[in-house]
Amino acid sequence: MRVLRPFITCAGFIAAWWAFTRLTAIPSFLLPGPPAVAAALWDQRTLLFWNSLTTLTEILLGLLIGTALGATAALAITASATLQRWLMPILVLSQSIPVFALAPLLVLWLGFGLPSKITLAVVIIFFPVTANFSDGLRRTTPGWHDLAQTMGAGPLATLLHIRLPAALPALASGLRVATAIAPIGAILGEWAGASSGLGYVMINANARIQTDLMFAALAILVTISVTLYSVIDHSLRRLLAWAPEAA
Amino acid sequence: MSAPPGLILSNLALDFAGRAVFENLSLLIPAGKCTALLGPSGVGKTSLLRIIAGLELPVAGSVAATDGAPLPGRIAYMAQHDLLLPWASALANVTIGAKLRREKPDFERAAALLARTGLAGRECALPHELSGGMKSRVALARTLYEDRPIVLMDEPFSALDAITRARIQELAAELFAGRTVLLITHDPQEAARLAHNLLVLAGDPARLAAPLAMAGEPPRATDDPILLQTQGRLLRALSAEAPS
Repeated sequence: MRVLRPFITCAGFIAAWWAFTRLTAIPSFLLPGPPAVAAALWDQRTLLFWNSLTTLTEILLGLLIGTALGATAALAITASATLQRWLMPILVLSQSIPVFALAPLLVLWLGFGLPSKITLAVVIIFFPVTANFSDGLRRTTPGWHDLAQTMGAGPLATLLHIRLPAALPALASGLRVATAIAPIGAILGEWAGASSGLGYVMINANARIQTDLMFAALAILVTISVTLYSVIDHSLRRLLAWAPEAA
Repeated sequence: MSAPPGLILSNLALDFAGRAVFENLSLLIPAGKCTALLGPSGVGKTSLLRIIAGLELPVAGSVAATDGAPLPGRIAYMAQHDLLLPWASALANVTIGAKLRREKPDFERAAALLARTGLAGRECALPHELSGGMKSRVALARTLYEDRPIVLMDEPFSALDAITRARIQELAAELFAGRTVLLITHDPQEAARLAHNLLVLAGDPARLAAPLAMAGEPPRATDDPILLQTQGRLLRALSAEAPS
């Protein structure tokens, strides 16, 4: 039942959507029914496949780079109080800038290709990863510090062998948030200016009132996001089976 | 392991939030014996243990070994909780000290210690796969792996059920025999079972009552007349100090 539940929910949503379009006879350029979207998915499969690959690449590279940078920043601000004093205000400031305002600038500076989209995804991912991981690194069980001290451990060994593994569940929380929001960065970047990607397909379809194609691209984006989140969530649960809070 | 020294506590004083926890506290903890320290909650037992372990600094006074050699590196510490690392196997937990000191872990000795504590075949088990008693046994093996002449224990078995606690007490008494042990406990029976000497810390600011030497060698049977008599004396002493 646990496995079937999401499929049942999804089928229920599609059925309700279909019923709504049939009963209200809403024009298909405003809200196409599921059969029209399914037809668009099939008819435009080549276009959608290649543009999905672009968006998926942006999301995955953004996740990889954003997580690596975020985790490194968290380790750096944990290891050095001076770095923390300098970096934290910059980190908080970076979050107060609207991503919508940043997207056109990044496209202007980095071009229409992958770098501007990956950078935008990294900007979005960086903060939750850094904040969660540094929080985890700060909240090590005090008894473990005592144990390490009586065993003659130095600060670096304590960080590597105790604080870092103890903070992995917190890093996992940051990674889950990052996975959920990474597609937003990629799509925003594509909307601001791109030559490929699902966001690019959506913008073009919107301009030509091809609402069924817009919905088809959106359905693929949702599928990519949900699948990616499920895979990462499942992997983290398996890797961190020792941490009840991560399960 | 080198010959265990005794501990000399001289004129120790500790403040907490502007209140004197204890003042001018002096004590000789005999070498190679188990000394149990009892007292009501909040009297400063754990703080005293942490000062001896070098985890806290006293306001005044000093802690030294009877042989004059420095204490750092000669003390093993067992806290109230087992403090096992949940991501590490039993074997990795036992050898964590070596890893933290960047030494090569001796896995053979660690496995032998686990076997000695009754955990042969559970070397790869993670802490969440072990019972409370088994976790205490891993913590005992970890303390033994450190091979320090002085062992400080802060109510390490308080979370265990009565039967498991009795078994682990016997094991600890056997494994730590010959070392200088300071055991903090709330439980008069545990103190009377395991210790050669008993101390009661009570009052505000706290002071130590005259040490009480126990006859015979620990661990004592739970129905040993000396144990029962001492347990009664300790309960009376602690009840007299407890707030009504």
